Amino acid sequence: MPHYLVAIHLPDNYDPSAEGEAMVSDIDVLNEEMEAAGARFFAGGFGAPGNAKSLRRQSEGEVVITDGPYLEAKEHVGGFWILKAADMDEALAWGRKAVIACRAPVEVREFGRSSAQKLL
Amino acid sequence: MSDIHKAIEAVWKIESTRLIAGIARVTRDIGIAEELAQDALVAALERWPEEGIPEKPAAWLMTAAKRRAIDSLRRGRMLEQKHGEIARELEYQQQRLGEAMDQALDQVIDDDVLRLIFTACHPVLTVEGRIALTLRLIGGLTTAEIARAFLVPEKTMGQRIFRAKRTLAEAHVPFEIPRGDELRRRLESVLSVVYLIFNEGYTATSGDTWMREELCNDALRLGRILASLLPGESEVHGLLALMELQASRTAARKGQNGKAVLLLEQDRSLWDYVQIQRGMAALHSAQELGGGAGSYTLQAAIVACHARARTAADTDWERIVLLYDALLQIRPSPVVGLNRAVAVGMAQGPNAGLAALDALDPDPALTGYHLLPSVRGDLLLKLGRFSEAREEIQRAIAMTENRREQELLSEKLKQIPETKQDA
Repeated sequence: MPHYLVAIHLPDNYDPSAEGEAMVSDIDVLNEEMEAAGARFFAGGFGAPGNAKSLRRQSEGEVVITDGPYLEAKEHVGGFWILKAADMDEALAWGRKAVIACRAPVEVREFGRSSAQKLL
Repeated sequence: MSDIHKAIEAVWKIESTRLIAGIARVTRDIGIAEELAQDALVAALERWPEEGIPEKPAAWLMTAAKRRAIDSLRRGRMLEQKHGEIARELEYQQQRLGEAMDQALDQVIDDDVLRLIFTACHPVLTVEGRIALTLRLIGGLTTAEIARAFLVPEKTMGQRIFRAKRTLAEAHVPFEIPRGDELRRRLESVLSVVYLIFNEGYTATSGDTWMREELCNDALRLGRILASLLPGESEVHGLLALMELQASRTAARKGQNGKAVLLLEQDRSLWDYVQIQRGMAALHSAQELGGGAGSYTLQAAIVACHARARTAADTDWERIVLLYDALLQIRPSPVVGLNRAVAVGMAQGPNAGLAALDALDPDPALTGYHLLPSVRGDLLLKLGRFSEAREEIQRAIAMTENRREQELLSEKLKQIPETKQDA
């Protein structure tokens, strides 16, 4: 069964302390449902994107570390699930529930099926 | 199928188990619950393509089911009693039913799903009936899908499901979770249903292979559901481990032209190591909880010995023999004895294997079982007793009707050298 990433996109100025009780409980319920359905492989949330470090290799081969996310954008991935689902439709059905529970847009991507792209 | 229908079907697959379980809490009859849930699905298929998929599909479906339940209550009552005075009573009942279903929707609890599983696997049903109901009610499969997977006409499968539901209603099987010793006994039935579904997909040698693999996935999903609902039951984790570890080899089992590749000849880089990790984790939980003594846990531990070996030559056969010994203690079976003899042959040499084989009780279950002469032939071949080996393999070929097995055995036969000594 293939794996899917369900990534939650949050605005950069997102304030997790402002999350209401209802939202927290909605996400708890969703996690339990995913677990009970045997679909939840892994899940996690990130800290603020401002604390990210980006690494780039210079032409001389030196690796330079800079503060901040790799791409300048107004939104960044704030958390994600990795799900096991029969197909994209099933992953999207979970994604739909994630959008409602997290009050945020999500992106659903399938992990590749070649051995190099597979989830290990 | 259009995109919206695929989306609805996917939503259904996720929501149906809990929907049916929640309704059954109110109706106490899983047959009626399933029909009401089906009605709700029909309503969704009518309305969602135009209105879009609602924000909370589960709530929408439950409301639709509630409307149907109240309708049928009204109709049933009208037929039963024609006098007007029951109107108030009816209204009261409708209200109570509605409230009960609203409540069921608010909190479909894990126990509802467990009740559903135990009822679908109730011993009052035939094994085939249990399998069909489990896939239908908990697996979220359509009757057509189950029929395809088991290679029977859809009508036959529909009747099987219908009969199973009728049997449950007639036997007044309560919608509940068994307790104490009864729980262990009934859990055995649940686990065997799940493993039968898995094996139907895993060992299938005929039919639509794609659908067959889906059965393995369905069984795995059922296993994971059970593990999350009954986290304290060692054998639940043992069964999950067994299935995960076996399924991890799926890609390596299929050779060219659909030929089966035997375990020791498999390309181990094709094994799914994520799945092996999951299997090992489940095995660990099973052993922590039950000391590793359950039959599924022991079988999983045997498969784990293979999973741990980087190459076939690294296999810890001594440990496998010990695990088979333990398995024979709790679940004596001629087939397990046969497998043990194979392991003894690998661990201690073909002579010891042959001795273990000869020590097996002449069990009627083994007479006519092609693997017995096949294993004996293998051991004789290793000992260089070629003409005896040839006889055994020929006997094995005559005993099996499975074409793939015949091909494998015929190839083996060709590899047995002709020697002067033999001639």
